[in-house]
Amino acid sequence: MTAIPLSWTLALSAILFSVGTFGVVIRRNAIILFMCVELMLNAVNLAFVGLAPYAGIQGQVFVFFVIAVAAAEAAVGLAIIISVFRHSESVDIKNFRLLRW
Amino acid sequence: MIQPLFWFFAILAVTSALMTVTRKNPVSSALWLIGTFFSLAAIYTLLGAFFIGAIQILVYAGAIMVLFLFVIMLLNLGHDYEADIRGHTWKALAGGSALVMLALLARMFGGESLVPPGSAAGPDMIAAQVAEYGTVGVIAFPMYGEYMILLQATAILLLIAVVGAVVLAKRKV
Repeated sequence: MTAIPLSWTLALSAILFSVGTFGVVIRRNAIILFMCVELMLNAVNLAFVGLAPYAGIQGQVFVFFVIAVAAAEAAVGLAIIISVFRHSESVDIKNFRLLRW
Repeated sequence: MIQPLFWFFAILAVTSALMTVTRKNPVSSALWLIGTFFSLAAIYTLLGAFFIGAIQILVYAGAIMVLFLFVIMLLNLGHDYEADIRGHTWKALAGGSALVMLALLARMFGGESLVPPGSAAGPDMIAAQVAEYGTVGVIAFPMYGEYMILLQATAILLLIAVVGAVVLAKRKV
């Protein structure tokens, strides 16, 4: 049984994080921005899991906490999106002028 | 057998991530993101993190993505969606920032001292611990011992998030 080299896992993690960054910059739909943030969180989780065999089992424990925080963030973020949608009838962030001067 | 499977799921994950970013329809974006989550769950199990793989499917592909799809359908964004991809300047900016991020991560991950010296490195360590404590126990023992306060803080955070989400999404408080 041949194991997966650490560098492959980290490379995949870096690529997924970059794709998430690309999406956050290029999209204007607030929900898709949230999805890209989730994608970046998943890339970080992958790095944690990949490093766990080398740095200790704590990596997998932290992934558990990251997933819990991501769930909380998604719930609050989507609630904010719903309440902003009630205000401006759109989820496009070019229409979000509540906190802009 | 593990390495070809890793390649398969890695290519699947990156393709689904790219489709997530480029699809116009928010619903298809969300469905492609579920594909990424599933392939990442498969990669976690290939890396020996079986419990994390199961949690990934249950929490991410199950709970969080249902929440996303529910909000998309609640706000009726599945059709009549306006094209929301920015113009060429932003595309160049996005490509540049993604490349900068990739280069930074490659520099950080490509260092010599990536594997901590002196640790009993390698997948065999995890396999030995799993054989001793079990798949869940290997995570549960540090979580309910060393990281007890962190666990309680996460529980309080989840409670606050539930209350906050209800208060924010209600019409009148």
